[in-house]
Amino acid sequence: MSDDPTRPGEGDEPAEGGEPAEGGANGSPEQPASVATEPDDPDDDARQEIEAAKERAAAASRLAQDATFTQRLLAALTGTSVIVTILAILSALVIGAFIIAFSDEGVRGTLGYFFSRPTDALTVGFDSVIAAYSALVQGALGGQSQISETFVSATPLIMTGLAVAVPLRAGLFNIGAEGQFLAGGTVAGLLGFLFTGLPLIIHLPLAIAGGLVAGGLYGWLPGILKARTGAHEVISTIMLNNIALLVTGYLVSTTLFRRPDRSDPISKSVEESARFPRLIWWEPSLRVNTSLVMAFVLAALIFWLMERSTHGFELNAVGLNPAAATSAGMNPARVVVTAFTIGGALSGAAGAATILGLQHRLTIGFSAGLGFDGITVALLGRGRIGGTVAAGILIGILKAGGRNMQAQTGTSLELALVIQALIIVFIAAPGLVRAIFRIRVDDLATGQVAKGWGS
Amino acid sequence: MQLELRGITKRFPGVVANDAVDLKVESGEVHGLLGENGAGKSTLMNILYGLYHADEGEILLDGERLLLDDPGDAIDAGIGMVHQHFMLVPVFTVAENIVLGVEQTDRLGRLDRATASRKVAELAERSGLPVDPDAVIEDLPVGIQQRVEILKALYRDARLLILDEPTAVLTPQEADDLFEAIRGFTAEGRSVIFISHKLREHREIADRISILRRGRIVGTADPRTASEQELANLMVGRPVELTVDRSPAAPKDPVLEVSGLEVADAIGTTVVHGVDLEVRAGEIVAVAGVEGNGQTPLVRAVTGLQDIAGGSVTIAGRDVASRTRKEVLRDGIGHVPEDRNRDGLVAEFSVAENLILNLWDAEPFARRASLQFDEIREHARSVVGSYDIRTPSVDTPAGSLSGGNQQKLVVAREFDRPIDLLVASQPTRGVDVGSIEYIHKQLLVKRDEGTAVLLVSSELDEVLALADRIAVMFHGRIVGPFDTPISKEAVGRMMAGADPADVLEDHQPPTQANAEGPPADGATPGGAA
Repeated sequence: MSDDPTRPGEGDEPAEGGEPAEGGANGSPEQPASVATEPDDPDDDARQEIEAAKERAAAASRLAQDATFTQRLLAALTGTSVIVTILAILSALVIGAFIIAFSDEGVRGTLGYFFSRPTDALTVGFDSVIAAYSALVQGALGGQSQISETFVSATPLIMTGLAVAVPLRAGLFNIGAEGQFLAGGTVAGLLGFLFTGLPLIIHLPLAIAGGLVAGGLYGWLPGILKARTGAHEVISTIMLNNIALLVTGYLVSTTLFRRPDRSDPISKSVEESARFPRLIWWEPSLRVNTSLVMAFVLAALIFWLMERSTHGFELNAVGLNPAAATSAGMNPARVVVTAFTIGGALSGAAGAATILGLQHRLTIGFSAGLGFDGITVALLGRGRIGGTVAAGILIGILKAGGRNMQAQTGTSLELALVIQALIIVFIAAPGLVRAIFRIRVDDLATGQVAKGWGS
Repeated sequence: MQLELRGITKRFPGVVANDAVDLKVESGEVHGLLGENGAGKSTLMNILYGLYHADEGEILLDGERLLLDDPGDAIDAGIGMVHQHFMLVPVFTVAENIVLGVEQTDRLGRLDRATASRKVAELAERSGLPVDPDAVIEDLPVGIQQRVEILKALYRDARLLILDEPTAVLTPQEADDLFEAIRGFTAEGRSVIFISHKLREHREIADRISILRRGRIVGTADPRTASEQELANLMVGRPVELTVDRSPAAPKDPVLEVSGLEVADAIGTTVVHGVDLEVRAGEIVAVAGVEGNGQTPLVRAVTGLQDIAGGSVTIAGRDVASRTRKEVLRDGIGHVPEDRNRDGLVAEFSVAENLILNLWDAEPFARRASLQFDEIREHARSVVGSYDIRTPSVDTPAGSLSGGNQQKLVVAREFDRPIDLLVASQPTRGVDVGSIEYIHKQLLVKRDEGTAVLLVSSELDEVLALADRIAVMFHGRIVGPFDTPISKEAVGRMMAGADPADVLEDHQPPTQANAEGPPADGATPGGAA
């Protein structure tokens, strides 16, 4: 019920809601008092009243304790230690290893005579796992161009990760990073090819700003809907994702966007003056570009905002306990809108980076799930800013390395996605990781235990 | 049955929750376990109920060693526990909840509801805990739900019953009924471990009292001979003042003026009806009343947290309705909310951060939009010292402090700045004796500094000890304020809705109350009724 941080007072309401019936049954308060001369009735009446009142108070406190899903998720994530995160990644890699082994042709061949010579299956399986994982690491970190590709993959992930992390800290689940990515990318692309002859120093910032504003507005929308009407952000952002996907799909087929010489839905190319310059310009084969710098600059800004500024203090307080934040004079409704607008702008920046830095043209569904990957990144980063940047790079490694793994060992690219999904499963279920590694709750969640003692 | 705990030790990271605890419970005995919050009472009982495993020590039942791996073993051994937070299925009936887990079924696996219902009715009758077996739990008041919990344990043939703070959720009358039932159990030879931090209850029901402090048994007392003062001193570990010394108030100009206040809840029902109330600088006005009679919306409206439906609230001449909560607070209002965990603290924030929760963007804690962490920590260090908040450091999360220290933290935040009006709602709820003493003293200090204090409390003793004038809230309306002294019984009867005219006729002539009051006191008994 109180899953609406903008109306933290709600916990009281059902409790008081019991009042009209009471009042109706017993008449006005003067009435029991006026019959006080009769010894028995008023006492019984009063006792009933007291019982009813106690009950209402208890119901109110029960409801108040009924935290929302996002709040519980936030608490679970921030309460989880880094060790659990690392163990979750390890667990996912181990399960991934089994999948690699069993999907390997050679291993399956040896399984036929597994019971006569089990060592064959083990050796072949072990070799295939080592081959696949070393291809993954090679492909991600094995050389200049591999590292470049890793950062190309990581650039949008860092920003969409932050786009999810900032609202998450305010107790909101931003499923809409995908739509905000599309909105930002589309406007950035439009500005990129609409104007010609502008110098880079004007054109590129203009296109980036367009992406930030478009993404921000597309994030502001579910925020204001939530603050004003209580519309649940998960529902509204899922729907807004679909709208963004369909609208950009339509737009790229219109004459304004579509390349004149092509009949398929692909937009005009972004002008040279609106493209992110390559980061290592003397080595034209390396695709890593200055949008990576933008990602780090934005991350630094967001870090200051979240960890060092009064706005971040307010946002964190609202996310962790909206009732106490309201009580201290903060404004949860404003925080909801701010958090979503910032999240949207970050995702819009990711869209702009992808279009202006890499793809240079709009296609249907150019977001390719990068917004949804932001959810993975933010959860893996436990909603912290530094953690989210690190997680963005890690998932970037998985993505870039996965491609090499497929090329080298024939292990499907989907395996990287499976590992990514498994990491999230383990992150979302810290208890599972603790059970696997026999970490006692006593040892880790000291805060929880501390609350448990005494009365 | 005779139960003995020998040398029970339980360590949590950084803390020894139970340190070589020896405890012996005889057959047919009510054994009181007394201790402050965090003394280790619940840990000990959770060990006895198989929820935790002791690091050292053993449990003996009738001289034989008992191994408890989980609550199932404890139940098999005849140990039953009623937790502070009930563990009932809200949509099931009383009988269904009681037989859950040991239900009888016919050959086809169908539940025999009629038999269950009959057996539960018999058990309830026999144990002196009347309850309708077919009532649905969520429709029942808390006091009756507790009976169901007790019956659940009795149905499993518990010979030792652990009651963890059973009276916390009960009205005085319900508590009396519970004590009556407890006497019935012991007459049948059952034993009861009774946990509470209320001294009076131990003296009333316990046959023997063991006092737990910081994980150790620091003494055993006979409730017939030990005084409350002795028990309190043992529990806290130093001499405690159970009563507060206070000088007469010297009230000055009115600070809080409430007139004709109406407050509606979210669905538009009026929950505060035409309340008039005035609190002057340098006095404590208490609003007594059983919880749920409109005190919460009254306080929320007065402190700018909730819109008002009619009437007016002014503080130091400024209208509250036209100002935001932030403006109201910054104008000089301290507000100790009734539920500190819900409204007072962000548990994950550090002590230092919680201490500036309502001044987060004000100088000197913030410059422009930048938080000044040095200033914030420095402030925290000085406040932690002056308000005696026991915390490992100012960076410790507030949620890991004990209840009493959490409350002191809230009190420190609200008291430690210049304020005109202090609104304290249930300021000592769930707080240990030592902290209660401290908070009461601070309230009086604030009053003597010339702050207007509005105290809202359902603890009658607290109201009578602190208030200069007492109003009683019932059904959203206020009677009074009446000048103190006023008899406890009179306030108690008005809390249950009795007409003040009748009550005061019996106990204290209204004319006398007026004569004693200062001439500026416009409120006559029943004036607002």
